[in-house]
Amino acid sequence: MKKKVLVILIFLFLATAPLYMSMFRISLLGKYICYAIVAIGLDVIWGYTGILSLGHGVYFGLGAYCMAMYLKLEASQGAMPDFMVWSGLAELPWFWKPFANPVFAIGMVILVPMAVAVVIGYLTFLNRIKGVYFSILSQALAMILSVLLIGSQGYTGGSNGLTNFTAVFGNSLSSPMTKLVLFYVSLAVLILIYLACQFIMKQRTGKILVAIRDGENRVRFTGYNPAKYKVFVYALSAAIAGIAGALYVTQVGIISPGEVGINPSVTMIIWVAVGGKGTLVGPILGALLVNAMKTIASENFPEIWSYFIGILFVVVILWLPGGLISLNELPAKWKKKFGKQEAEEEFEEVMPGAEEVQICRKIV
Amino acid sequence: MSENCVNGTFREQHADAEKVDTILQIEDVSIKFGDFNAIKHVTTSVEDHEVRFFIGPNGAGKTTILDAICGKNKISGGKIIYQQEYDVTKLKEHVIAEIGIGRKFQAPSVFNGITIDENMELATARKHTLYSTTFHKLSKEKRDYMNYVLEFIGLQDKRFQYPTRLSHGEKQWLEIGMIMAARPRLILLDEPVAGMGRRETEKTADLLQAMKRNCAIVVVEHDMQFAKDVSDSVTVFHEGMILDEGTMDSVQHNQEVIDVYLGRGGEKGA
Repeated sequence: MKKKVLVILIFLFLATAPLYMSMFRISLLGKYICYAIVAIGLDVIWGYTGILSLGHGVYFGLGAYCMAMYLKLEASQGAMPDFMVWSGLAELPWFWKPFANPVFAIGMVILVPMAVAVVIGYLTFLNRIKGVYFSILSQALAMILSVLLIGSQGYTGGSNGLTNFTAVFGNSLSSPMTKLVLFYVSLAVLILIYLACQFIMKQRTGKILVAIRDGENRVRFTGYNPAKYKVFVYALSAAIAGIAGALYVTQVGIISPGEVGINPSVTMIIWVAVGGKGTLVGPILGALLVNAMKTIASENFPEIWSYFIGILFVVVILWLPGGLISLNELPAKWKKKFGKQEAEEEFEEVMPGAEEVQICRKIV
Repeated sequence: MSENCVNGTFREQHADAEKVDTILQIEDVSIKFGDFNAIKHVTTSVEDHEVRFFIGPNGAGKTTILDAICGKNKISGGKIIYQQEYDVTKLKEHVIAEIGIGRKFQAPSVFNGITIDENMELATARKHTLYSTTFHKLSKEKRDYMNYVLEFIGLQDKRFQYPTRLSHGEKQWLEIGMIMAARPRLILLDEPVAGMGRRETEKTADLLQAMKRNCAIVVVEHDMQFAKDVSDSVTVFHEGMILDEGTMDSVQHNQEVIDVYLGRGGEKGA
């Protein structure tokens, strides 16, 4: 119940933010909303199903690049994109051509990450690769994609990525109105994805995902094929990450291999862990707060800001394994802990031979 | 209500099964783990509505053969025929569960992250496609049956709690209830009363007696009193082979069985 109130408060805050924040802040907030969307997708697979994917940057990146290809072609207005000219390409590659159509591009934003996830998920989950092995595999994937993107300069813009966009659907990207609309579109997508995931988690499918986390074998002997559900949840979270990537690139105006590789993939995990995995509101909170903190810290302490994020992460892992969302359970937990300690102390006093034990301890 | 529920849709789905008398045939089965022969040329069969106990000293291969029936172990020779139709050694675990073989493991393994009610719901549903688990609720008939099972295992009042809060015995029952809810034709139970007190054991015995009206049950157990109370027939395993088979009375008087197993008073004071 409290979580519901919290999520409504977050959405209300985001919806009213343009009333009292500068355009610069709103753009940042729009970026964080994209991060929150990825975090939800990541939580569905990690928090609920127990599969730790360390390579979600791949799906974020695939969605972003699909959208960026459209934006680049829109900016080039029929001419060759600038980086292709620099790389000496004479003609637009065949797979770039259909991306001139925005509807096609948006379709691909969802389909490409999903297709990649289905293929990889099918191969790994059907062969019962799980746990650490899957995590390592997913991380390798993130590395492969970023290397691939850097290597094929002429097709992908290399390590510079894709940038210098001008317009989306004919609206100038630099106008405040477009920015505001994009902000609200992102917010709407966030809310929709939140509701959709909540729906799935309330159905039997969601229960099966949790059951897979608790005991995959038992699920199998109950008559469900866990591989099928794992592929589904992997594809779902990949699609969500892809959508987030597309919204991100449209608002931020650049996507490069640096935002696709291992580093950003692990950062995404931190958002979910800090916010609280296994709840849908936790990751939203985590993504917004961690990034807000990152911004504030880097503005005020430009040299040491990354330590703040590190400390936050360590504190949460050590004392708040349930994430920030479990903050309200902390007093009860402490009470229990300290109450127990007192009881133990009393017990030690009453115990025969306790004094000797104490003396021995001192000697040792 | 119980009879109707139990027999209703289940019988429809398994209309042919009614004619089948032998529900499980284990034919010349051998199982190897590396160089170790855990099971050597075992042949036996289980009739419908029969409660069969597999007994024998530790390491005799009782659990190994249960694992083979439900697809967890691969066999190295022989055949396991279910309902005179399926060779289960060629099927995947979830398919074996879907054709009506329910398995309960030794340690209670219920899903702790979802409520008792949701545990039962997963077990009750017969359709296991993604579409149906996302968009379909359980039918009223299935809900009724699920409620009946919940009442049967005595967890109706606790249904919205999480299984972590249950006692050991209650967890065992919940798991047995989940197997019942799936309405299998053959139930495989591995030490269902291990760690239970006498009263809980007696309750479990009643539960099995009621369950066998609709299916065959194979039980691996060390509790000889429990075996005596519940079994229709007993197979004694020793070092991967069958030592004797028959009613509890007859095997109890077999000198060989007494020597290797019963003479020691069973494993846990019979």
